[in-house]
Amino acid sequence: MCHSENRNFTNLHVNPCKMCMPMGASLVFKGIENSMVLIHGSQGCSTYIRRHIATHYNEPIDIASSSLSEQGTVYGGASNLVEGLKNVVNIYEPEIIGVLTTCLAETIGEDTHHMIQSSGLMDRYDGIDFVSVKTPGYGASQYRGYLAAVKSLVAHYARPSGVKTERLNVIVSDMSPRDVRELKRMLNLFQVDYIMLPDISDTLDASFDAQYKKIPKGGTKRKDIMDMANSKATIELGMLTDDHLSAGKYLEDHYQVPHYKCPIPIGLEGTDTLLQLVGRLYNKKIPRLLLEERGRILDAMIDSHKWNREGKAVIFGTPELVYGVTNLCIENGIEPQVIATGSDHNHLSEVLQDKLEAFHYHPVIIEDTDFETIGKLTQQAQANLLIGHSDGKFLKEQLGIPLIRIGFPIHDHVGGQRKLYIGYEGSLRFLDEITNTLLDLKHDAYRENMYATFYGPHSEMAR
Amino acid sequence: MPSEHVILDSRKSFIIEKGVAAGATIDCDKESLSGAVSQRACVYCGARVVLNPITDAVHIVHGPIGCASYTWDIRGSLSSDSEMYRNSFSTDLREKDIIFGGETKLAKAIEEVYSAYHPKIIFVYATCVVGVIGDDVDAVCKLAEQTYNLRVIPVKSPGFTGNKRTGYKMACMALMQLMGDEPHEEKIPYTINYLGDFNLAAEAWIIQKYLREMGIRVISTITGDASYSTLINAPKASYNVVQCAGSMTYLAKQMKKTYGIPFEKVRFLGVDETVKALRKIAYLVGDTKVIERTNALIEREMKKTHERLETYKKKVAGKKAAIYVGGGFKAIALIKQFRNLGMHVVVVGTQTGDSEEYAMIRRLTEDGTVILDDANPSELQKFAMDKQADLLVGGVKERPLAYKLGMAFIDHNHERKHALSGFEGAVNFAKEVDMTLNSPVWHYVKNKNKTI
Repeated sequence: MCHSENRNFTNLHVNPCKMCMPMGASLVFKGIENSMVLIHGSQGCSTYIRRHIATHYNEPIDIASSSLSEQGTVYGGASNLVEGLKNVVNIYEPEIIGVLTTCLAETIGEDTHHMIQSSGLMDRYDGIDFVSVKTPGYGASQYRGYLAAVKSLVAHYARPSGVKTERLNVIVSDMSPRDVRELKRMLNLFQVDYIMLPDISDTLDASFDAQYKKIPKGGTKRKDIMDMANSKATIELGMLTDDHLSAGKYLEDHYQVPHYKCPIPIGLEGTDTLLQLVGRLYNKKIPRLLLEERGRILDAMIDSHKWNREGKAVIFGTPELVYGVTNLCIENGIEPQVIATGSDHNHLSEVLQDKLEAFHYHPVIIEDTDFETIGKLTQQAQANLLIGHSDGKFLKEQLGIPLIRIGFPIHDHVGGQRKLYIGYEGSLRFLDEITNTLLDLKHDAYRENMYATFYGPHSEMAR
Repeated sequence: MPSEHVILDSRKSFIIEKGVAAGATIDCDKESLSGAVSQRACVYCGARVVLNPITDAVHIVHGPIGCASYTWDIRGSLSSDSEMYRNSFSTDLREKDIIFGGETKLAKAIEEVYSAYHPKIIFVYATCVVGVIGDDVDAVCKLAEQTYNLRVIPVKSPGFTGNKRTGYKMACMALMQLMGDEPHEEKIPYTINYLGDFNLAAEAWIIQKYLREMGIRVISTITGDASYSTLINAPKASYNVVQCAGSMTYLAKQMKKTYGIPFEKVRFLGVDETVKALRKIAYLVGDTKVIERTNALIEREMKKTHERLETYKKKVAGKKAAIYVGGGFKAIALIKQFRNLGMHVVVVGTQTGDSEEYAMIRRLTEDGTVILDDANPSELQKFAMDKQADLLVGGVKERPLAYKLGMAFIDHNHERKHALSGFEGAVNFAKEVDMTLNSPVWHYVKNKNKTI
């Protein structure tokens, strides 16, 4: 494994490969049943975040803002916050409102939790819960904002009833609504009862209905989050989460729910790991249908292994997804050349080390980086594949290297919400997309390359 | 469900129905109501969208990463030369910078940009948090100008200091700072600056093509496809012509005061407006040859355009449109365009329209049309459905809402990749209206209560 400076510039970030904390937290609340989000800060934060989420999912994304102005910034934003929450209740009638802070709110020292408690809102709106999450824009990337929101929800709701259940808590990471549906299908085949947090499968990929709903149906139920304290175990789809940020660890520490970390099930081994874990926990065999799917992906991996060997990939995005995609590449002989994330303080090098060494790969692994740096490394590595979210479109355009889109955000293609890349089925679909891209690269340039190399006036032969 | 029809009390003065509440005025140009889910952005956004199309500039966002991330290359502005503006530079402030101040980091960031790219001009945007911690961005920029012999211009755009309109003004002030306060008495004849076009999908180039044929030279397009060198020559132009009034009228006024350049507002959206605008510019210059060439151009283009528009008109006439766009000027132009296509406008709203623009909107609309300022998704849903609109025109955030309501949609946003200005734009617009309104998909959706 080779190391590199994580950025070309020390004080300057050029073309970000990350977003801010309130973004990640907003995505979590979009997967909670009958919930709304209010971002405590100036108007732009909620608008930008809404726009960004809307172009990826192609769904209406309503997120309120406390619309802090100069007045609120100087004298405190409590009245803005309270007024804003009342308006959200009036228009949307949610059961839960996620209250997120911003860089502005945190810097002027707004304690939203306390402000809500002393506002009388909780008495006035008896059935509505206000869940505050601290998400300063300068705190970390959207990936950490996501973790903070999941943990806040668990801390807010989960309470032991005294009766243990046979249910499985599944804490979802950076996955598409389609992926979440696939995950449910796999667990259903096991006939395992589960609680998925957050569950964006319907809310961010809503069907067209006769009646439009301001808050889409679906999402994790409040009573299910409460019940997470009673479950048999928690599987957290995250290998890189530090204990103090982990909702699964929180449930283990406070309510003795055993906590297991598992990668996002991308690729053969990633999916194996999850299915084996579920099988072991419930003392069940892996369902026949899933084993058939496993056989099919293995067959496909053999079919395409020689083509894949020509892949030299640059992989970027949120750490968990990058980890999963790297695993899929390694096991298919696609050489990871650059593995990059804009997020900081992860353990990518540690967790990838064994597998990379086993297959003799030596990529550059960088965290807290930007696209300017990724671009430079891509050129040095002479990579022929970009795999990541659509902010990599710039590299694609500048370097002429194809981009396989995975993760969030995907602005420049449709169907971000419908992309499937987990489980054997999703991994196979994703692998086919990669292989076909490599085949196109080969075929499209084949005649021209051969002519130029062996026949044309400037060819080696002519010289 | 009761919430379906909720209009918040504090929002009622921002909404009127023409002919129903005669004489009432509409509230506008106020702060957004907390919790109302306004479609507006912030001061920084306003400044960024106006200045970003300056192609050879380095735009450094001094703030946490989100502000830079969400505005990276989001406009479809085109460049004839440098692509520098398509990068997103940020100081990526972290917790320790907030505690100890970000001035040093900013100064070093400028130094790094200077050494790597040697730009002629850097804009530094101050975001919310920078406004709060009180970094002296002015001083850092001034020192950098002296040290590196380039222009480093602060843009005072903390998000909370107003709304998007404030950001437009801050951008104009930054442009004035760039152009300087020398009076520039001597003007080059037959020249104009073209203000308030961001060269989305080549729109500024389309207009320049007309002007060239008329015999008028454009010194500077502001800010689509602008560059350092064209901008500093802008004070030498004989006239300023303003397309996007909301963002650029302030600059035109300042340029009149400082350099003595008279200005005119024009609109190149739709055939009628385009013709009017071209005539206005020709008469501004006042040369008979220019006027003759202009008339010839108009006649030729009108004929060509008319034929093409008629074919679309047949297919869309009688349908109802709802409008929710950023500025009042755009809304007014759209009302006229829909009318020319034989369509009825049933809802009109803007994010940043002013009272003058709303008065005009009231004059142009039919009785029963709902007019609203700073609307939210809930209101758009209610009025578009109440008025049985077939189509909504708006930005990126409005599109999924329209589609979920089973309504056709027209993109009038920064990101579109087709021109809506000039004669070409008028045809593109009609074509898009037809494409969306007459898509087979609505056949299946209109029968949405049916199950298979």
